[in-house]
Amino acid sequence: MSEIEIRNLTKRFEVEGNEIVALNDVSLSIEKGDIYGIIGMSGAGKSTLVRTINYLERPTEGSVCINGVNLETLSSKKLREARAEIGMIFQNFNLLEQRNVLGNVCFPLELKNVSRKEAKERAGELLKLVKLEDKEKAFPSQLSGGQKQRVAIARALATNPKILLCDEATSALDPQTTASILALLKDINEKFGITIVIITHQMSVVTEICKKVAIIDNGKLVETGRVEDIFESPKSDAARELISGKSIRYTPVKNLTTNKIIRIVFGENSAYEPVLANAILKLGQPINILKADTRNINGKAVGEMLLGLPEDEKAREDIIAYLRETGLSVEEINDYAG
Amino acid sequence: MLLEGTRDTLYMTLCSAVAGYVLGLPLGVLLYVTGKGGLCPLPVVYRIIDIICNIIRSIPFLILLILLIPFTRFVVGKSYGSTATIVPLVICAAPYIARVVESSLNEVDAGVIEAARAMGASNIQIIFKVLLVEARTSLVTGFTITTGLLLGYSAMSGTVGGGGLGDIAVRYGYYRWQTSIMFITVALLIVVFQIIQMLGTKVARKLDHRKKSKQ
Repeated sequence: MSEIEIRNLTKRFEVEGNEIVALNDVSLSIEKGDIYGIIGMSGAGKSTLVRTINYLERPTEGSVCINGVNLETLSSKKLREARAEIGMIFQNFNLLEQRNVLGNVCFPLELKNVSRKEAKERAGELLKLVKLEDKEKAFPSQLSGGQKQRVAIARALATNPKILLCDEATSALDPQTTASILALLKDINEKFGITIVIITHQMSVVTEICKKVAIIDNGKLVETGRVEDIFESPKSDAARELISGKSIRYTPVKNLTTNKIIRIVFGENSAYEPVLANAILKLGQPINILKADTRNINGKAVGEMLLGLPEDEKAREDIIAYLRETGLSVEEINDYAG
Repeated sequence: MLLEGTRDTLYMTLCSAVAGYVLGLPLGVLLYVTGKGGLCPLPVVYRIIDIICNIIRSIPFLILLILLIPFTRFVVGKSYGSTATIVPLVICAAPYIARVVESSLNEVDAGVIEAARAMGASNIQIIFKVLLVEARTSLVTGFTITTGLLLGYSAMSGTVGGGGLGDIAVRYGYYRWQTSIMFITVALLIVVFQIIQMLGTKVARKLDHRKKSKQ
């Protein structure tokens, strides 16, 4: 049984008389201890999706089960108890501005009527975990964005949740701070075995720490799987778009229509071999490098290249066959406009 | 006499402010909670309170004072004097306070409320532990403004025998042409107003932790 089981979830909103489908028949299973990324462009419905996991947003159709318990069946009191088992952090941190750091971390414990002394002790431990033990007395307005998010993480962990939801948690942070927050999340996942669900629009966040990923586009789940697999051979337009970081779909293709383009992805083994040079030497055909990039996916170096191939069909097929032979994943791209 | 007048004015203003908040604060919270985007939107309840508040607020205070005479007599036993003035002051202030409270609560970041809900807070907990605490600076500022308004209204009640500085100003300054007393009462009113405003601003600033880093 999966820890989070989302089945045939549909969410419709009524906005000024118009019906908007934010989520359309989404089904998703998230296993215990996973770091699961849900990625999509803004407006794709990912924030709505994460809010249905703790029922801040009630689905119009479908169900959400946490450890086998369907949230729909819970009374409002039981639902609040269930929510306390699911921590959540936000893009804008959402700290209580009139409470200091310690007060913020104690807050969820106060809600559960934990004694003041016990709450303070627990808060102290958590602040040590997020390396802010010297900021106990500071108020949120005196902290940087990264520090605020650390406080929010400590607060979200106060009630010992089994699941942590992160809604664009790093989108308001600079790259270095993002990296440190992601490292903290990874650390928490490993130390406590907490399942982490990360909502983001940044592919780099997913490749950095997620084990699995779901791609959501226009309210629909278009692709799910292991991050390596999707990065290597994305099947949906939305996935390609998020990986390439630019819109492939809607750019008019003009100057490059004659060029045949392939995308190759190479992993750890092939990254050291001069594959392209060998291909050119062996087949005697020109290959044009349009784009090259390497990324770190779960600690493994993965390279990506876009290649322009010659017009001649036979030569093209030879090149593709050769590259496949060397163990690279090759994918033809028909509508790339660099 | 002037000392007594000042004492009566303070008595009326502060008592009606406090009593006004006893009525107005829950009403304001109710407006916020039942309003659009509130914790528990109930459009019908909201409309009813909304309309009542608007009706009372649209009646000029002097008219309300006279309209309420039978009610005042019923509550305090007489219709003149400073204690009697408190009744119409409270009735007048409560809907005003409700509005001020509602707008203060509306300023609280929706994200913070969402975070509290995500932590499993009940609506009651959100009201007492999040809304009223996070909005406290704005609430205190609202209290100061309301108290200033009540000070003015209490003076206005002097025209119908309400007691306090306004009463003195009308009786001696207006009916007996003693301009000097008029000036003194006005000066005293200004001083009282300044003190209230100053205290209010000071408390509000002290309670506010949002901008501490910039001080």
